[in-house]
Amino acid sequence: MAFPAPLHETETHAALREQARRFARERIAPHAHAWDEAGEFPRELYGELAAAGLLGLSYPEELGGAGGDASHALAVSEELILHGKSVGAVASLGSHAIALPPIVRFGTPEQQQRFVPPVLRGERIAALAITEPGAGSDVAALATRAVRDGADFVVNGSKTFITSGCRADLVTTAVRTGGPGHAGVSLLVVERGTPGFGVSKKLKKTGWWASDTAELFFEDCRVPAANLIGLENAGFVPIMMNFVAERLMLASNCVAIALLAHAESLAYARERAAFGRPIVGFQVTRHKLADMATRIAASRALVHEVLLRYLRGDASPALAAMAKNAASDMCSYVCDEAVQLHGGAGYMRETVVERLYRDARLYPIGGGTREIMNELISKSEGYGS
Amino acid sequence: MKILVPLKRVADPDNANKVKIPADGSRIETTGLEWKPNPFDEYALEAALRLTEDGKAPKVRAGEVVVVTFGPAETDTTLRAALATGADRAIRVECKDEELDGLVVARALAKLVETEKPDLVLLGKQAVDGDTNQVGQILAELLDWPMATFAATIREEAGGLLVGREVDGGVYSVRVKFPAVVTGDLRIVNAQSVYSLKTDKAFKYADGVRFAALPAIMQARKKPLLVKKLAELAAGAPVARYLKYEAPPQRKAGIKVKDVDELVSRLKNEAKVL
Ligand SMILES: Cc1cc2nc3c(=O)[nH]c(=O)nc-3n(C[C@H](O)[C@H](O)[C@H](O)COP(=O)(O)OP(=O)(O)OC[C@H]3O[C@@H](n4cnc5c(N)ncnc54)[C@H](O)[C@@H]3O)c2cc1C
Repeated sequence: MAFPAPLHETETHAALREQARRFARERIAPHAHAWDEAGEFPRELYGELAAAGLLGLSYPEELGGAGGDASHALAVSEELILHGKSVGAVASLGSHAIALPPIVRFGTPEQQQRFVPPVLRGERIAALAITEPGAGSDVAALATRAVRDGADFVVNGSKTFITSGCRADLVTTAVRTGGPGHAGVSLLVVERGTPGFGVSKKLKKTGWWASDTAELFFEDCRVPAANLIGLENAGFVPIMMNFVAERLMLASNCVAIALLAHAESLAYARERAAFGRPIVGFQVTRHKLADMATRIAASRALVHEVLLRYLRGDASPALAAMAKNAASDMCSYVCDEAVQLHGGAGYMRETVVERLYRDARLYPIGGGTREIMNELISKSEGYGS
Repeated sequence: MKILVPLKRVADPDNANKVKIPADGSRIETTGLEWKPNPFDEYALEAALRLTEDGKAPKVRAGEVVVVTFGPAETDTTLRAALATGADRAIRVECKDEELDGLVVARALAKLVETEKPDLVLLGKQAVDGDTNQVGQILAELLDWPMATFAATIREEAGGLLVGREVDGGVYSVRVKFPAVVTGDLRIVNAQSVYSLKTDKAFKYADGVRFAALPAIMQARKKPLLVKKLAELAAGAPVARYLKYEAPPQRKAGIKVKDVDELVSRLKNEAKVL
């Protein structure tokens, strides 16, 4: 077995994985294809996941969290992807993981109690909105304005590519409250139903179909100043702090997707016959599988290293960026080979690897592009100086 | 109410094709198999938990559920999982698989009942590996207790249970007085299948078996788990011995017939079933 349980995991992780596996097999896998075609999954799934104790991992129990740390959260996501086979659903179910941490780290106790527990109970959906039509990689160039007016901020602008944005009840939104550059950015929680805030478009994508992705608008939208997270004009730090955990999660998801693509390919190779034997009987096929497994094992080891450093509080952003690039490139490679190994069936919708192949394309883009990761690594290594 | 729930681990039924028999037929190769609790036993545990709580406030226990399994130390995993789901105590009867069969297990359970004194022994109707469907019935006979098998619904009443069994064309209701033996079927975990006296009859459970959250998984490690020896419970009981294992014959590929005439002719002349 090339993929034994991670060395850092305990019996507790194993028992938790068992729960997540059962949830994924019972509640996700039977619908994975249909939800992708429908471009959405039932909202109730958030509540079911929360009731099963699988949504709020790594959040403190005082805020309605399910306990544990990032190692538990990653183990559960891995099981959900591997056995639920809907990467899109897992992506949207997990949007709280980028939307809530700024509130947990920098919000007042009152804001934490108001915003966090309902999301961790699966009653409300949370999203994070940073990216704009005119500012993606260049976060510090964001232009959505928030102007103080009495007890409110008046917000004007738009956001795009927002995961879970179509259904979100609260959106942790990056806005410009000060001058240009990163020192003029703040974080505001904008709630669904606030006049002047809405969804302008549900976006159609290459993959991640079960996850809704939105373009959002703000038109003279009045948001109470009580929804400002942290200090005014100090929003850039929480945004940057989010990135390490987000990239670790994305890298870990890539490993899970690749494990699934590998497992599907192996099963197919044993069952599909050509020239009088199962295709796994060809050395070329076996070596393809061996290459896939080897690259998975390498990325998986790096992801585990970043995780352990993150748990100790010394994960460097550059190492997390390396893990994200290594894992997303590995995932694209593995999914491409998986399609190839499936032949024509690999090009057909309803075949799991066809979906994974499309899902995989997101990872070198979302959460910071592969080029931006390389910029980060270059700066950290001092290549230019 | 105090309930005893026996649990068995079985090779993951979804991977039944991985079950291998070595050429000499001496045993079933179990290395590399993934173990899972027998699904019917998980349903029995869920039903037992429902009977010992108020559905609206499941964190407060209103009774006791003791789980018991038979096997080597690794089967503690099965018990810990049950404790995480909500069972209160666990007992493992130390033994090897070869020392067991339905009768031995039933005898040992009968002996355990003497010390545990449960009001109810609630079992799965059968294990999905051997599919023998015997332990509950033998146990009731040994104890001389009333029995209701294949329960689809259970309602607690004062001093007993009203058990609904699905039969062709309807539901067959059986009233049993404590102490009793009940075996559960698939539908026992439906949303409105099981009610304790405490649970409001309008209350609806989530369908299926409940999940264990991380804090419960951690707490389960501190719950009592007692180990007993099989010899103490079923001394001298005869056990079925398996002489040889053989895989069922490989099925031949089917054929396509061009019309009904050919079908009839082949059924008659080749298959010789007409
Ligand atoms: C499915 C999906 C879900 C998403 N979910 C969210 C979400 O929930 N919240 C959110 O805020 N955002 C989200 N995003 C947005 C995502 O984070 C951005 O798309 C990403 O950061 C890139 O920004 P951009 O699209 O504007 O590309 P651009 O910044 O315009 O980049 C275009 C190209 O230029 C390259 N480039 C840019 N700058 C440099 C440079 N300095 N050096 C070299 N190359 C450079 C990029 O690498 C890229 O190849 C999501 C995106 C997708 C596709």
